[in-house]
Amino acid sequence: MKRIITSIIVLFVVFLSACGTPAATAPSPQPQTTLTVFAAASLTDAFNEMSKTFEAAHPNVTVKFNFAGSQTLRTQIEQGAPVDVFASADMSNMTALVSEKLAGASQIFIKNQLVVILPPNNPAKITSLQDLSRPGLKLVLAANVVPVGKYALQSLDQMNTAFGPDFKTKVLANVVSNEQDVKEVVAKVDLSEADAGIVYISDAIAAPDLKSIAIPANLNVIAQYPIATLTGSKNQDLATAFVAYVLSAGGQATLKKWGFTPLQ
Amino acid sequence: MTMLRLRSVRALRRFFQHLASRGHHDWIFVIPSLFLVGLLGLPILALILRAINKSFFTDALSPSALSALQLSLITSVISVGIAVAFGTPLAYMLARWKFPSKHWLELLIDLPVVLPPSVAGLALLIAFGREGLVGGALSQINVTLPFTTAAVVMAQTFVAAPLYVRSARIGFAEIDVRLEEAAHVEGANQWQLFREVMFPLAGRALISGAILTWTRALGEFGATILFAGNLEGVTQTMPLAIYLGFERSLGIAIALSVMLVGVSVVLLLLTRRLERKQ
Repeated sequence: MKRIITSIIVLFVVFLSACGTPAATAPSPQPQTTLTVFAAASLTDAFNEMSKTFEAAHPNVTVKFNFAGSQTLRTQIEQGAPVDVFASADMSNMTALVSEKLAGASQIFIKNQLVVILPPNNPAKITSLQDLSRPGLKLVLAANVVPVGKYALQSLDQMNTAFGPDFKTKVLANVVSNEQDVKEVVAKVDLSEADAGIVYISDAIAAPDLKSIAIPANLNVIAQYPIATLTGSKNQDLATAFVAYVLSAGGQATLKKWGFTPLQ
Repeated sequence: MTMLRLRSVRALRRFFQHLASRGHHDWIFVIPSLFLVGLLGLPILALILRAINKSFFTDALSPSALSALQLSLITSVISVGIAVAFGTPLAYMLARWKFPSKHWLELLIDLPVVLPPSVAGLALLIAFGREGLVGGALSQINVTLPFTTAAVVMAQTFVAAPLYVRSARIGFAEIDVRLEEAAHVEGANQWQLFREVMFPLAGRALISGAILTWTRALGEFGATILFAGNLEGVTQTMPLAIYLGFERSLGIAIALSVMLVGVSVVLLLLTRRLERKQ
């Protein structure tokens, strides 16, 4: 019994020291402020990079992210999650929070467009958008409550007009899963479980080993991303500074690098 | 309703009178217990209170709720069937036979019980996915498992079957070895012994194990969403519909949750009855 307890304690200490390594550095003289940013899953790579620049400019600030589908983030904010900044992949989730007085005035900070992604070895040998309607294909989309899922359906509507009346029906018959956010669509395609997925151009850039098929501008959808500080934020100045940084030339350049379309 | 309330008020009063009649040290036990009971009970209470409104039945009977309910019932019953069919011989072997590395096999079977379901889902995907360890060979003969109802059953069986094996193993192990020896002397073969002696005597353990497996299979979420994906009518079971419904229509999510709570309560009551009779 004693030996069992000792080994449990040893395991626990090893666990703790493993997670505690970064915290073991000397405590900073000024207290750390944490800025909590809830951002659409598609912003993961760009925002992670931008947080380093922001933290370098604000020495005592740590930026913490929660990346998920915008609809999940909105629900979490509505249920009282303590958040400073919200960046959504669509207007409707932002508008809801603004009208509920949970978010301050929002502004569009970046745009994005859709692309079809394929696994590295392209098992279904897809070469064109028309191939998406081929029976038996495994297509993964985001659920229609997720912004990118909604945009994908809009884009399919436009393809329907271009490629024939039953194109959308045939494509939707190939859908094998409706995922919770865009990164889960990428994961299923990356694992080669799905033959194709519809995601943002920025996701294709963040996963360079995937193949992709461009969607021409007339069939594509322009996703507008709004950002706002939350009315319940205890770090209003810092939150405003983060929004300003995202809108600044430096922030826009980083977003552009990750495949987003800057405002100008 | 008023009768019920009156009765519960009386029960509560009796409870406090009972406390007062004993030494004040009882609070050392009561207060910490109340905290935990509150944590466990309040969410369930909140769920039920929120569910009591006009739209409950329209939500509960909406097409997406019904298709999730139907899929959950079918897949979980199949999972229990698989657990019983393949788990009973395994549990019997574990209870009665001696063979090398038996404790490693027991550890393997207990592992899914403590493993996070997301780990289970990822492991299933890497094993049975299109480019997985086994899935690669399967896709050569045009069998693909991810995103199918079969994948839902596999995920449920993976996380839930060990509960049945565990319960059955204990049930078999508790049977007096002399009974078996007597049956052998009478000339019973292994199968007759199992059918005539072991199965009836371990019956309760087998049934309560099967019910536990059923509740676990009904509640499976993490492994399913990773391995089977989410498609209404094909892989969207009740827990998945609740997760998605949380963002689309809270009403459907609450209606489905209350239904799951109800089913789980009934199944737990059943297992408790079985255990008491034992």
